[in-house]
Amino acid sequence: MKCGEKLSGMIEISDITKSFNGKEVLKGITSQFQKGETNLIIGGSGTGKSVLLKCMIGLVKPDTGHVLYNGRDFYNSDKETQQSIRREMGVLFQGGALFDSKTVEENVRFPLDMLTDQSMQEKQERVEFCLQRVGLEAAAKRMPSEISGGMKKRVGIARAIVMNPAYLFCDEPNSGLDPLTSVKIDELIKEITEEYQITTIIITHDMNSVLEIGQNIIFLYQGDKLWEGLNSEITKTDVPELQEFLFSNKLLREMQR
Amino acid sequence: MEECVGIGVSSIFIVAIVSTFIGAVSCIQTAYNLVSPIIPISTVALIVRDMEILELAPTITCIVLAGKVGSNIASELGTMRITEQIDALEVMGINSSSYLVLPKVLAAMFTFPMLVIFSAFLGIFGGYLAGTLTGVITERDFLYGIRDSFVPYNIFFMCIKPFVFGFLIASISSFQGFFITGGALEVGKASTQAVTNSCIGVLVADYLLAQLLL
Repeated sequence: MKCGEKLSGMIEISDITKSFNGKEVLKGITSQFQKGETNLIIGGSGTGKSVLLKCMIGLVKPDTGHVLYNGRDFYNSDKETQQSIRREMGVLFQGGALFDSKTVEENVRFPLDMLTDQSMQEKQERVEFCLQRVGLEAAAKRMPSEISGGMKKRVGIARAIVMNPAYLFCDEPNSGLDPLTSVKIDELIKEITEEYQITTIIITHDMNSVLEIGQNIIFLYQGDKLWEGLNSEITKTDVPELQEFLFSNKLLREMQR
Repeated sequence: MEECVGIGVSSIFIVAIVSTFIGAVSCIQTAYNLVSPIIPISTVALIVRDMEILELAPTITCIVLAGKVGSNIASELGTMRITEQIDALEVMGINSSSYLVLPKVLAAMFTFPMLVIFSAFLGIFGGYLAGTLTGVITERDFLYGIRDSFVPYNIFFMCIKPFVFGFLIASISSFQGFFITGGALEVGKASTQAVTNSCIGVLVADYLLAQLLL
């Protein structure tokens, strides 16, 4: 199945700040995310990664700053433009966020049912393609409660790509998964990013993801962006907080020596 | 349609049980209190009929439904909130409150009056069974009593109440579940709060409707 034509998919965030109950969670984050790359946002727990992601996908409005999708300012656009940008997004939530009352197939087909005028046959073909892509065509008729955590993540990916998005956001796609499944999920996300030239942003604190699939990496520490660079540069960093984060794992410490 | 089945059809059994027994008990207790020999025994049936139509069928049924339907709605929406399903809808550009809440409110407003009519029939039938089987009242007296001094406006009043109560129960419960923050513990709390607040809403509205419409 061919992919449709997409706009150039760069995302820019500038000076994003956000506070909750007087506590500053994001302190002026600025960056750019390029099309066709896996962009990682890493950091310890409570550093503002998920809040930053929610600001980018329009779930939480930042106190200041801009989020630009291919030059379109999301929070300063009219509702029609916002809806148009939303239709170009695919989001994989941490737990998959599958709809419990729908089968796997119905979950994946849901965006097509709600947002397109395609015929049932066209929708079904697209759903079958997406499920084949994530290796779950056999699970199409099962309910979310009947599949494993890794399978839920893969269904979530299938649903995220069914609308042929220009932007893919993944919130800790490896959380709760065993190492083998975690690697498979990482590989799947990377393949999809490269194959369809999607702008992918992944929130993670999984070091394997950082070293294996991360291309452009941002490190957040207590709401600040302390470091940004390529994964080839990250192990050579002299930022103490990033070093502590990276080499908290004994194996990696041994490898560095 | 799915919501109508979930809210309405699935409540038929509990409504049937509650209504039949409420009708039976009201007949027995009314007969127990009606000791004066100058009041005809058929008055028992008249009282059961009017109690059922004016109060027991609409209010008691809706209090029961506040527990069943209200807690179900609150816990469903609360669970969707904490598992980010509502966020997933929002990110897709779908108005989550229109998609999730409105069908529930409309289904409640549509199915509750039907359940209350069903409840009223079963309540009066329960009173008939209890009265005739225990010998408190004869079948002839019961049938005479339920037709005596019948006011058709009461049926209209009986149907207005569940329409309003359905709106209140579905809205209050949806609010509790939709705006939840936290985890599983908060879902339980929201569910309980939904039932409590819905019952209070139903009782206040019951009084206001009685005051305004009767």
